[in-house]
Amino acid sequence: MKPSLPRRDFLRTGSALVISFSLAPEWAFGQAKPAPLPGSLNNNRMLNAWLRIDADGTVTIFTGKIELGQGIGTALTQIAADELDIDLKRVEIVHGDTERTPNEGQTAGSQSVENSGTALRFACAEARDILVNAAAAKLGVAATALTVSDGTCVAPGGKTTAYWNLVADADFKREASAKAKPKPASEHKWVGKSVRRRDIPKKMTGGAAYVQDVRLPGMVFGRVVRPPSPGARLVSFDEAGVKSLPGVIAVVRDGNFLGVAAQREEQAINARLALKRSAKWKETESLPPSGDGLYEHLMTKAKSIDSVVNEKTSATAAAATKKLNATYTRPFQVHGSIGPSCAVAQWREGKLTVWTHSQGVFPLRGDLAQAFAIEPANVHCIHAEGAGCYGHNGADDVAMDAALVARATGGRPVKLQWMRDDEFQWEPYGSAMVMKLSGGIDAQGNVVSWTHDVWSHPHNNRPGAASGVNLLASWHLEKPSKAPFPVDPPQPAGGGDRNSIPLYDFPNQKVVKHFLPEMPLRTSALRTLGAYSNVFALESFIDELALAAGADPVEFRMRHLKDPRAKAVIEAAAQRAGWQANAKGDGARGRGFAFAKYKNLACYVAIVADVTVDRASGKVRVTRAVAAVDAGQIVNPDGVVNQIEGGIIQSASWTLMESVGYDRTRVTTQSWADYPIIHFEDAPQVEVVLLDRPEERFLGVGEGSQGPAAAAIANAIANATGKRLRALPFAPERVRQALA
Amino acid sequence: MADYTLRVNGATRKVSSVAPDTPLLYVLRNDLELNGPKFGCGLAQCGACTVLLDGKSARSCSVPVSVAAKAAITTLEGLGTIDKLHPLQRAFIEEQACQCGYCSNGMIMSAKALLDGNPRPSEGEIKRALNDHLCRCASHNRIVRAVQRAAKEMA
Repeated sequence: MKPSLPRRDFLRTGSALVISFSLAPEWAFGQAKPAPLPGSLNNNRMLNAWLRIDADGTVTIFTGKIELGQGIGTALTQIAADELDIDLKRVEIVHGDTERTPNEGQTAGSQSVENSGTALRFACAEARDILVNAAAAKLGVAATALTVSDGTCVAPGGKTTAYWNLVADADFKREASAKAKPKPASEHKWVGKSVRRRDIPKKMTGGAAYVQDVRLPGMVFGRVVRPPSPGARLVSFDEAGVKSLPGVIAVVRDGNFLGVAAQREEQAINARLALKRSAKWKETESLPPSGDGLYEHLMTKAKSIDSVVNEKTSATAAAATKKLNATYTRPFQVHGSIGPSCAVAQWREGKLTVWTHSQGVFPLRGDLAQAFAIEPANVHCIHAEGAGCYGHNGADDVAMDAALVARATGGRPVKLQWMRDDEFQWEPYGSAMVMKLSGGIDAQGNVVSWTHDVWSHPHNNRPGAASGVNLLASWHLEKPSKAPFPVDPPQPAGGGDRNSIPLYDFPNQKVVKHFLPEMPLRTSALRTLGAYSNVFALESFIDELALAAGADPVEFRMRHLKDPRAKAVIEAAAQRAGWQANAKGDGARGRGFAFAKYKNLACYVAIVADVTVDRASGKVRVTRAVAAVDAGQIVNPDGVVNQIEGGIIQSASWTLMESVGYDRTRVTTQSWADYPIIHFEDAPQVEVVLLDRPEERFLGVGEGSQGPAAAAIANAIANATGKRLRALPFAPERVRQALA
Repeated sequence: MADYTLRVNGATRKVSSVAPDTPLLYVLRNDLELNGPKFGCGLAQCGACTVLLDGKSARSCSVPVSVAAKAAITTLEGLGTIDKLHPLQRAFIEEQACQCGYCSNGMIMSAKALLDGNPRPSEGEIKRALNDHLCRCASHNRIVRAVQRAAKEMA
């Protein structure tokens, strides 16, 4: 992969409408904060931070959000092309580069189209206004008289000029006003179409597409040797022996951090193995109980910060005639990227450049600068794609590892990729969680009371915290950095409590979060944060209450909902799947329903899942899933379908199969053999119904289906067998025991 | 350390001073600068590194270069180029059969081996042939559709 140009080369590239931009507008220095702007424009207010037009006819848009296989690189170009009235082929896009793009924090939370898309929409609409006015002045006609076709402005008499001829006349070095009105949906040419993703052709033909494909002159290869367990301390290792192995350039030891660099990749891997075998560690039992004991531990032993997330009381509601309680659990689970985390790092004259698949190049820059005690201006982070990450995996950590090893290679760049076991043992996990629910129904079968208590470790330990460093190796050094005190994202999005507040209309409800900041096993953001578990619990419990009320699960949901968009997706899913009210499973086959509005803020998703249960083996298969989705205005329908479909199958894997293994000292999960995930023969057929709402705002979609899929599967198993399973995953042994 | 003459994608490629037990994957990626085969697990569990050896699907992370030197090696690059796509590559693009695309190499290469031996596989046969390839983004159904589409085109 030809690496992106560093800044000084970038400035040299030809004539351009804008060749530089200030990261902070003037108001940043002491003036009162101005009016809010839409999406990420609010924090990146200069127009030229978002786009530039070159005299050669190319249009480049800049986004702080990164492509991670979710297709935003394509969706954002669709939005820009429409607002600018240009052909899609003209648009180049630059993602996540601390010296070139806006700072949009993390690419996370299904917010790229919402935030970056909205910013680009307004920035490009305003840019078009500026360009058309410049064209009008040049052609001596009124701006309103011009028509624009692929950037060429045509006056009534036939005279023309194009955006790229206006480079000298149109100034984007100004703060955005967001006063130019974006186009109505009816005028969109690209938005709303299943435009093919621009990143796929090179990926299918062996083009340089990933950070793993970055090759720099003089580059060498690095590997790390992690401690054998979270509590381990390095006692000794055979430095001289490893140094004498073929190709080894450097052995790096700093406290409990061990790494190697070698001329060739296989030599680095061999040296890693030799280091690992020679290293003696002092290990301690630092991990919590495993199995069912974990959940008791989380609820009763782990240090907890408790807070009431939501409370509603009614003096007039009827009294409950039936009360139910249920406790649901979810184990630690991994992101499990197919490609282990990787980075390329190079030190030159005290400056660090890192090619990284981090979801947040700016926060990573800040943490690296702190860890190495240098100015952020001396760290340049450039995004290059990795394998799908599904949240905060080892991407940031490996950037620090590569930078640590690269300090010992005399300026030669180091490509460092984790081995499979590094990823399984040291990526931050999705937190184990406990959800304890209670509910009461009145004589009419309506829910009159509801409580939801959730116990969870943190879900957001990414770089970029207010104080401290969130990079694994930094804590292992002789002089370790301090890990920040974890902060859970607050409501309305929430972290461990994400989606714990019912969207249903209950007269009395109370939601309590038990935040467990200490992490014997490190946790952070795994796709949906707490929403997967909370929706699993909430939507399972709704079914349990419906059953107690003798009601059909779909009708029961509908009668407790007011939001018409929620009702519409539920009806659409039920209709497409041919939902039959009160249908019973036959012991081996069943059907389940579930619904959620992701974060209570983003897309609406309703799912019908069909399962078969092999009672002898306990194996559950999801044969088919039907989803209905309202994502507001849809930019790329096939992109939405791809996200929803992938989310459902991934969730089926989490729900039926996945759990990290550990004992009191070590994580025992090391390879795919220890952590099976769903295979082709078990992947369900998925149908997705899209409810397009072209005049509504974008609603993020990347994490909308996982929670409802889990609950729909649980409800389908209950429908099939009459047994309610509340402990994830529904692996064969557990199902077999439950049915015995 | 030894020198090898490899037959890769129909061409003869020399690599020098490589240990005989070096997994073929690193020679392809680093000496020959081929991006198709990917490191996924190094344990022949995931399939991301798949290449064809004498037309048969093989995990290049677990085949020593000294063994691979005896076979004709085909990588993703050997099937087609962006301007002249192999029907499987075209089908994967038309079906948008990936999210991140990191596993796609293995899917396409094993599908190639399948179609070479069984030009009209059933859906079940496609799933069986790809069952030991892992896809974490969960594009399974799209991948099966892409292989079906390619089979139709090639028939």
